[in-house]
Amino acid sequence: MAAPAIILYSFLYLYPALSNLLYSTQRWDGVTKPEFIGLKNFIHLLTDDDLFMKVLGNNVRFTIIVVVLQTGFALLFATFLTKNTKTNIFLRTVYFFPTILSSVSVGLIWTFLYDPNYGFINATLKAIGLDNLALNWLGDSKYSLYAVAVTQIWFHTGQMVVIYVAGLQQIPAELYEAADVDGATRWQQFKNVTWPMALPTTAVVVAYTTIQTFRAFDLIYAMTQGGPLNSSDLLVTMVYNTAFVGYKFGYAAAQTIFLVLTVMLVTWLQRRVLRTNDGTKK
Amino acid sequence: MIYKIFKNSMLAIYAAAVLVPSSIVVLGSFKSDVEIYTKPLALPQHWNLNNFRTLVDTGSVWIPFKNSVFVSVFSVLFTIILASMVAYAIARSITITGKVLFAMFSIGLAIPGQVNIIPIFTLFTKLHLNNSLYGLILVNVALTLPISVFIISAFFKDLPKELFEVASIDGANHWRVYRSIAMPLARPAIGATSIFLFVIDWNDLLYPLMLINELDKKTLPLTLIDFRGEFATSYSMLFTAIMVASIPMVLMYVFAQRSFIAGLTAGAVKG
Repeated sequence: MAAPAIILYSFLYLYPALSNLLYSTQRWDGVTKPEFIGLKNFIHLLTDDDLFMKVLGNNVRFTIIVVVLQTGFALLFATFLTKNTKTNIFLRTVYFFPTILSSVSVGLIWTFLYDPNYGFINATLKAIGLDNLALNWLGDSKYSLYAVAVTQIWFHTGQMVVIYVAGLQQIPAELYEAADVDGATRWQQFKNVTWPMALPTTAVVVAYTTIQTFRAFDLIYAMTQGGPLNSSDLLVTMVYNTAFVGYKFGYAAAQTIFLVLTVMLVTWLQRRVLRTNDGTKK
Repeated sequence: MIYKIFKNSMLAIYAAAVLVPSSIVVLGSFKSDVEIYTKPLALPQHWNLNNFRTLVDTGSVWIPFKNSVFVSVFSVLFTIILASMVAYAIARSITITGKVLFAMFSIGLAIPGQVNIIPIFTLFTKLHLNNSLYGLILVNVALTLPISVFIISAFFKDLPKELFEVASIDGANHWRVYRSIAMPLARPAIGATSIFLFVIDWNDLLYPLMLINELDKKTLPLTLIDFRGEFATSYSMLFTAIMVASIPMVLMYVFAQRSFIAGLTAGAVKG
């Protein structure tokens, strides 16, 4: 009964993953005969590739910014919207809305908002007299990565709010009542009840957000294609360019393996940190 | 008091942050470029469907729309059929095979699908499956199988075993139990998973970008990307195309909100 799925999955998932390992040991332009070069791709990647180091740095910055801000905003809004009142349900629905759009649509909408001449953001800034803040958001290598990060946060915060609300609703009301009796301030309630009780949900949100930042190909491609000067290039867009613009298939295969190892390492580290902070779940 | 002010203003600001760009797009699809630049948030001076008509007349969105519907619907359908069969096999066999099967598909959860872009590209070029909508369906099904198996089998495992056992004692074979007991019971899970998959398949850019370059085989995300170049600064046409591309999602969101949110957060279990 599982046979058809196993066949397809082996042929189009497991077999490609294995051939990717093989490609990573080759010098290959995708057309002529591949040449076996052992671990040279990996050695070059780690010791002699400035672009790769830059992109890795971009990706680390992008991931940290998005994970910290998106998780923070989502938790903040979820604490505001935990109760199932009409207004709260409505606001959750509104916040969730960007999630249903495609990355390409979101990227192109924000390309308009950021447009240096006609864009909504600069038009608004100029209208209120802040002309010197009207920057070339996507076209300036100083800001492009942050501009894309803001878009990514806009895109997915609502989804994380919904996940957090589900988690926060599981927290027993007695805990808050007890805190009230003890005269705890809102901040103390948050620090001593909400935060520790929500840690398992935080672990889920952080892991999910992290994976999304490593998969942000569509958004980057729609907005900047990694530019200008690779300032918004991420690992996944770099892999694509190495293979389909630079025609270095073997080298790109080595890069994907590095990408996967990075994702695995990061998610493993996060899981460890969030687990050890959580006394109840060991 | 201060808390209340802080809370309400934060909530209002973020609601505006979501609603303003969305309104600009919706209103913009009825406007001319100049109107979008000068008064992005004002109501259109004349409500008319000129932009939509231009899109229809040039045919530039209708074909990709059809292609996207075809690819997404069949990708979801085949993924659900194949994944639910595997999930059933995993849930029913208490013996070693269930565990082996589960482990096998768990590998797929650990290896992100992006690893496969280069091998899939070379394999599909060899098999002449590039520039083929069937090829895209195959890729989508293969890539989304692991996560779907994971979600559906978690649901099957929660069903009481007695349901299956009683049917088996009554002489029903696995196919029958799968078709007339497991699947009908799993309807909510199947619904949420389908939506989750539909969003992925409908929105995917990476694989179409890699595999498709013939004009009449393009899907919507590819066409939207082309729009940026083609109508260099025509945001009115771009916004109209974005509207058309988003219609199925918006309809699903409005009419099946519960499954929609369940579906898009189900991926969180193991994104």
